[in-house]
Amino acid sequence: MSVDAVTVRRIAHLARIAVSEDEVPHLQGELNAMLAFVEQLSEVNVEGVEPMTSVTPMQMKKRQDVVDDGEIADDIVANAPATEGHFFLVPKVVE
Amino acid sequence: MTDLTSLTLAEARKGLADKTFTSLELTDAHLSAIEAARVLNAFVMETPDRARDMAKAVDEKIAKGEGGPLAGIPLGIKDLFATKGVRTTACSKILGNFVPTYESTVTSQLWRDGAVMLGKLNNDEFAMGSSNETSCFGPVGNPWRRDGSNTTLVPGGSSGGSASAVAALLCMGATATDTGGSIRQPAAFTATVGIKPTYGRCSRWGIVAFASSLDQAGPIARSVRDAAMLLRSMAGHDPKDTTSVDIPVPDYEAAIGKSVKGMKIGIPREYRLDGMPAEIEKLWSEGAAWLKAAGAELVEVSLPHTKYALPAYYIVAPAEASSNLARYDGVRYGLREPAKNIIELYENTRASGFGAEVKRRVMIGTYVLSAGYYDAYYLRAQKVRTLIKKDFEDCFAKGVDAILTPATPSAAFGIGEKGGADPVEMYLNDIFTVTVNMAGLPGIAVPAGKDAQGLPLGLQLIGRPFDEETLFSLGEVIEQAAGRFTPARWW
Repeated sequence: MSVDAVTVRRIAHLARIAVSEDEVPHLQGELNAMLAFVEQLSEVNVEGVEPMTSVTPMQMKKRQDVVDDGEIADDIVANAPATEGHFFLVPKVVE
Repeated sequence: MTDLTSLTLAEARKGLADKTFTSLELTDAHLSAIEAARVLNAFVMETPDRARDMAKAVDEKIAKGEGGPLAGIPLGIKDLFATKGVRTTACSKILGNFVPTYESTVTSQLWRDGAVMLGKLNNDEFAMGSSNETSCFGPVGNPWRRDGSNTTLVPGGSSGGSASAVAALLCMGATATDTGGSIRQPAAFTATVGIKPTYGRCSRWGIVAFASSLDQAGPIARSVRDAAMLLRSMAGHDPKDTTSVDIPVPDYEAAIGKSVKGMKIGIPREYRLDGMPAEIEKLWSEGAAWLKAAGAELVEVSLPHTKYALPAYYIVAPAEASSNLARYDGVRYGLREPAKNIIELYENTRASGFGAEVKRRVMIGTYVLSAGYYDAYYLRAQKVRTLIKKDFEDCFAKGVDAILTPATPSAAFGIGEKGGADPVEMYLNDIFTVTVNMAGLPGIAVPAGKDAQGLPLGLQLIGRPFDEETLFSLGEVIEQAAGRFTPARWW
């Protein structure tokens, strides 16, 4: 499988990465090189094989249903580029 | 006094215990070495004041006989580990001046045991790379050069700063991470020892995530014993990482010098690649001969799905990365580019914050997870992964204790030499290491010799899950036979 320019722009949008028109051909070439490389997986017989969901066989641990953290709003917003009080600021989302 | 930076960690521990020198003296010697080696670009942030404060505090503890297992040992920390109050960037522009308000579990355990932080080490952006050339801080120089040449070579990646700093005697050991070979490949390129432990052995909490089902932390050090000492402090159960395993951490150092007599060592025929350099082939046979001489038994084994590990990796890792890196949105931390609306804010921020390699992988990951392609790519890759793991399980079920392979298909190469036209050319560096991540197994790279141009080459040992001890025992045999290698200083 390979991707065309339209698909490259669609993937970029899905990935939320702005891509200029002159970047598209280059990206298309690189993505297609990667897709050509992984193409060989189609020759593996995976009939009846379970997909891996956990590297080590282990029971998924569950945390206690208790509050063990919190009251750190100052820490949470400490690195934000734009804040007001304990809120993150973003451009207007709802008209 | 001998140059304090040339001691191994084990030697320094003894010197500190005997009060031959203090941690402050040891730390100052390394801070001077770092200053004199800035041309290598191994450190992206030096923290001399913090280092001296930590050293003084630990000297007091040592005086009172309260020093931990790593008391007074100066270390470098890969910039992928969150360090409280010290800028952590994953060497990406998108994290900007991110200053964590928390400490990663692995580093907090090192400080608990008395280690001293010298600074943060360079790496490929978000650990995506095999040469440390994708860092937003620029490439790292390998302290090793070809005989008679002054071309600067890459130290490998993604833990290039860690490997370069340890090889150049700038720190006594370093933290590193390995998703497809990022500890073992740079270790092999710099004649250092690097171990990626079993998945779940070290907590991933507080380490910038790349591909969560593959990422593991481990040390890079100057000897097998030093690596064992560091891993013991780094490993252990952490309730904050649900994939961290709740089993006791053994005293890895006790495995050093243990007899390997009667151990069965697998030599996988699929690792014998067409066109493999004769030097690598020779190194591999030499390594096998050393283990045999120490009493181990060599058996040829087959890992039939080996060639599919790298292509499967280049679906699984980017898919997980595209999901993990969705958090860099210009809202909560890091870089933010101006925009008229929220979508543009995301798109502009991510376009200017991510480097080319990261964008490429996020996009491939987005594609293979997108509607209509999931089954053909991601699901198939995860099935292939099951088969890769089964290859190893079958091999271990036949009584094989560990598997010996080359660590890399070549020695270090020059900056800008690889991957310019085709990204896959760079990816092939990890051909011998990536299988280990896909199966969640432990793997160690140990220096074993040099190529005709005088560059170091390494061997890899792959072990059973949670049997790092066997790898340390076998690694020590190789180190004893091959000796240790130090680069000639040119910086």
